[in-house]
Amino acid sequence: MARRVVVTGVGVISALGNNAADFWQALAEGRSGIGPMTLVNPALLRFPNAAEVKGYDPALYFCNKETDFLDRFAQFAVVAAREAVRDAGIEWTPELRERGAVVTGSCVGGKSTEDEGFQNLYEFKRPRCNPLTIPRTMENAGASHISIENHITGPVYTVSTACSSSNHAIGQAFWLVRNGVVDAAITGGSEAPFSYGNLKAWEAMRVVAQDTCRPFSKTRRGMILGEGGAMMVIESLEAAQARGARIYAEIVGFGMSSDAHHLTQPSMEGPARAMRGALCDAGIAPDRVGYINAHGTATPANDPTEAGAIHMVFGPHADSIGVSSTKSMHGHALGAAGAIEAVATVLALRNHLLPPTTNFEERDPQCELDVVPNQARPAEPEFALSNSFAFGGLNAVLAFRRWE
Amino acid sequence: MSEELTQRILKVIADSQKLPPEKVTIDSTFEELGIDSLDGVNILFALENEFNINIPDEGVQGIRSIRQMVEALEKLLAGGQSGQSEAPAPAQP
Repeated sequence: MARRVVVTGVGVISALGNNAADFWQALAEGRSGIGPMTLVNPALLRFPNAAEVKGYDPALYFCNKETDFLDRFAQFAVVAAREAVRDAGIEWTPELRERGAVVTGSCVGGKSTEDEGFQNLYEFKRPRCNPLTIPRTMENAGASHISIENHITGPVYTVSTACSSSNHAIGQAFWLVRNGVVDAAITGGSEAPFSYGNLKAWEAMRVVAQDTCRPFSKTRRGMILGEGGAMMVIESLEAAQARGARIYAEIVGFGMSSDAHHLTQPSMEGPARAMRGALCDAGIAPDRVGYINAHGTATPANDPTEAGAIHMVFGPHADSIGVSSTKSMHGHALGAAGAIEAVATVLALRNHLLPPTTNFEERDPQCELDVVPNQARPAEPEFALSNSFAFGGLNAVLAFRRWE
Repeated sequence: MSEELTQRILKVIADSQKLPPEKVTIDSTFEELGIDSLDGVNILFALENEFNINIPDEGVQGIRSIRQMVEALEKLLAGGQSGQSEAPAPAQP
């Protein structure tokens, strides 16, 4: 029989704070972490705002030599994983190390390392590249460092599916534990996309807002890029109970699909199938879902399509679901988005409070949903979904259950 | 609407979309030409390079036809360059 899988530890570093407690505090207050960009000179860009991690000093977490080997995105992965492991109080015994997994998501990997290295070659005409460029840049750097630090020797890998990366990663880890391949896993994702080259590429896509992120609002003008990392410790219910662990929530379902349609235009059918897949995997009827942490990027195209997909899946029950996009506060952290939002969803279930969609100004008839505008709302849904949809048409949805 | 400018814009659009030049006329709609939103940003990129200008996001998002594109560009070229300058100094991380 398939095992039940629970979340016993969480860790977050994001624009809303550098630990899970600060992150939740901001979500509960509906406080946005979006502000003027500092990591790249905004005068060189068409968009001046970003959701940056604030007050981050690598020296607080790593010694000099360590940071040589860690791009910012991998640092975020390690920082979040350390917090999640500490929070879970899990001990990686020799047996558990072999029966443990690390599955992470990242979309762009070590972009600022790459930018710096290539600037030396192309602009400063230096004839050589730092030999650590490759190990710093690889998307699996975060997973590998987490594995080394915790001596986890089971399956360790990274999934890269653009903005769905982390949800695909968490879903994989969930199934590994559920199917008995491993007993525990550290899973989530991280991203640090603020390099000049990468931001110019985003600028050319013309999907980033000049002002701020206003998901589902008629006045939305696009996404706001974010950075950070989030990790969870997940394990079998049996193992968690045996060691008397605190349980945040249960992961009950994972669904994925591909639009097979267009590289950047979202479809309704693909996301709808991923949501249905998660419900089916969880074995629950749609009307038991009370909260959805939406993909909600605030682009003109995503939000109406997502709203339509939710109506397709839930029918009239869609009106009774709180659907918020916490990207309005922590920005769109790309490959880390799913992980940050999974932690937001788990904490919402645990704290009986739905985080809001902030910066909401005006209803859009194309996005007829209860978007929990601007203010968190007490609620005790039994089940919640967390949606991630990616460029390339790749959709991944996680289903969680409140733990009593 | 200057004929010379119009022809230049039409050529950039045809080139960037790998379309036969005779298919792209001032009266073509994006829909007829099979130009979607991703193609649209690609056209803007080609026009920015051709005229060495920066085209802001505002004012180009609703463009769905060649005529609208030509008009928007003419307006932009007549109004002079606003915003950032071309070839900015290298970014400091």
